[in-house]
Amino acid sequence: MLAYIARRLVQMVPVLFLITLFVFFLVRLVPGDPALIMLGNRATEENIAKLRAHLGLDQPLWVQYGRFMGNLAHGDLGESVRRGEPVTGIIRDRLPPTLFLVGYALLLSTVISVPLATLGALHRERWPDQAVRVFALVALAMPTYWIGMMLLQTFAVKLKAFPVAGYGETLPEHLHSLFLPALALALGIASVLTRSLRNALLETMAADHVRTARAKGLRSRKVFTWHVMRNSLLSTVTILGINLAFLIGGTTIIETIFGIPGLGQLIVRSIFDRDYPIIQGVTLAFGVLVMLVNLLTDLSYAALDPRISYQ
Amino acid sequence: MSAVTDPTTTVAAPPTIAAASSVAAERRRHSFWNPPLAVGAAILAAMVVFVVVYPMISPHDPTEPNFAAGTFLGPSREHLLGTDNFGRDILTRLAYGGRIDLALASVATLITVLVGSAVGLATGYFGGWVDTLMMRLVDFTLTMPYLVLVIAIVAILGPGTLNILYAIILVGWVSYARIVRGETLVARRQEYVEAARVTGMTDRRVMLRHILPNVVTTAIVFATADLVLNILLASSLSFLGLGTQPPNPEWGLMVAEARDFFLKDWRLMTYPGLAVLVTGAALGLIGDGLAQTLRPKG
Repeated sequence: MLAYIARRLVQMVPVLFLITLFVFFLVRLVPGDPALIMLGNRATEENIAKLRAHLGLDQPLWVQYGRFMGNLAHGDLGESVRRGEPVTGIIRDRLPPTLFLVGYALLLSTVISVPLATLGALHRERWPDQAVRVFALVALAMPTYWIGMMLLQTFAVKLKAFPVAGYGETLPEHLHSLFLPALALALGIASVLTRSLRNALLETMAADHVRTARAKGLRSRKVFTWHVMRNSLLSTVTILGINLAFLIGGTTIIETIFGIPGLGQLIVRSIFDRDYPIIQGVTLAFGVLVMLVNLLTDLSYAALDPRISYQ
Repeated sequence: MSAVTDPTTTVAAPPTIAAASSVAAERRRHSFWNPPLAVGAAILAAMVVFVVVYPMISPHDPTEPNFAAGTFLGPSREHLLGTDNFGRDILTRLAYGGRIDLALASVATLITVLVGSAVGLATGYFGGWVDTLMMRLVDFTLTMPYLVLVIAIVAILGPGTLNILYAIILVGWVSYARIVRGETLVARRQEYVEAARVTGMTDRRVMLRHILPNVVTTAIVFATADLVLNILLASSLSFLGLGTQPPNPEWGLMVAEARDFFLKDWRLMTYPGLAVLVTGAALGLIGDGLAQTLRPKG
C-alpha cells in the first residue's frame, strides 16, 4: 500500500512540473514587464527594481524558473499586489471553505444520485426510470450560475431561510450557510453519477453472482445492498474521480455568487484586481488539490473492492 | 457495410453488391433517427432558427435603453416576453445573446475537434517523443479544473468575448487528441490497417482513409457533450464578467444583470437561464441519440 502511494506520488511529478511551468509563464505571457505586472500600477520604482532583481528578470528564462522553484520550495509564492501579504498565507486561510464546499457537494450529490439510480434501475423503462432520466438530462444542462442565483434569490434573499453570504463559524453554521451553494454545485455531478450508477446497477443485476445469491434464498433487499450496490459503486467511483476536477472548478462560480471566502472567489476577484501573484498561487493550489483528490479516489477503490491489490 | 460482414447474411445467400448496399441503406434509414435524436434535433433547430431569424424581424434594439417603452413590462403583443430594467425587449435580447453563445460554442468546438483529432491521429499513429509529450499535456489538462485553467488564460489575455474563444480552444483540443489517440492506437493494430500498409499506401493515406473514419465516431459523440460544456463555459465566464461586456446581451451576462431585480421581476433571470437549459438539454438528447445510432451493432 505504502509502495503504491509512493509510486503514485512519483507519477505525479511530471504533471506537477507542467503545472509549475504554466504558473511560471502565466505572469511572463502577459504583455509588459513581469515585475510591474506583479506589483501593480501604484508600485514605486524602488520596489519594482527590487522585485526585478529578486525574480532575476535579466537572467535567462531557465534561471528565472529555477529561482521560482527555489522560492516555491520554501513556500514562497510572492506577495499579493492588493494586500501586501504573502500569497501562501492567504491561500491557507482560503482553503478550508473550498474544501468544505466540495466535500459537502460530493455528499449531496451522493444523497441525490444513489436513491434516484436505484429507483431507475428497479423500474427499468417504466415511468420512474423515465423521470430519473429527465432529471439527469435537465441537471446536466442547467447552468451552475443560474441555479445558484435562483436558489440564492429565492431561499436566501426572499424567504430568508439561509444566509445571503458567508461561511459561518461553527460546523452547524457551515452546514447551514453552505447548503444552497453545495446543492447548486452538486446537481451537475449528481446527473452524471445517477446515469452511471443506474447503468452499473442494471448490469450487475443481470450478473451470475446475483442470480446465485437470489437462488440460495437471500432476501432481495440484502442481495441488492451487498451484491448489487457494492459492486456497482466501484465503476461509479471512477466516474466521480474524473468529474471531481469539474466540481472543483465550479467553486469559482458558486463561491462568487454566495460570497464564500474560498479559493474560487479569490481567483475570480484577483483577475479584476490584476493580482497576478494570487492568480498564480490559486492556480497551483487547485492543480495540487485535484491531484491529491485523485489519489484519494484511487485509494478508496481498496475499501470498495478487495480484489484490487496495490503492488 | 454491416450487411456484407454480417455472418448470417453471408451464410444464407451471398448477396449481390447492389442488394447489399440497399440492405445497408435500408438499415441506416431505419436506425439513424431515434426518438432522443429527433426530439433533440428539432429543439436545437428551433433554437438556431430563433437566434438567427428573430433579430432580423424584431423591430427592437437589443442594447439601446428605451425608458419610453416602459420598464419591467409583462408579456404583450408588442413585447412577447416583456421588457427589462432599461425598457429593452427581452425576447430580442435573448435572440442576440443566443447568437453569441451558440456561435462561440460552435466555432470553439469545431476548431477543437479538428485540431485535436489531427494531433491525436498523428501522435497515435507515429508515437515517439511527441506522443510522450502529448500524453503529459493530457495529464496536465485533465488535472487542472477546466474552468480554472480557462480563467487563468483569460487572466493573461484579458476579458472579452473573443478571448474566451481563444482560451477555450487552447484548452479544449487536448480532450479530442486524447480520445482520437487512444482509438488510433487500437486501430493501428487491426488487420485492415496492416493490410493497407503492406500494399504500400502512404502513411497519410492510411491515416486519413483507413483509420480516421473508424476513430472519428467517438470524437463526434464527445463533441455534442462538449458543445453543451462550451455553451455553459462561455456563459459562465460572461456571468463572472470575464466575457461579453454590457450593454451587449449574452445569456450568462443577462442572468448576472438580473441579480438586483429578482424580487421586483424574477422573469429577467429565469428566461436566459431557461434558454441555456433548453439548448443544453437538446444537445444532450442529440448526444444520447447519436451514441445509440453510432454504437456498433452486434
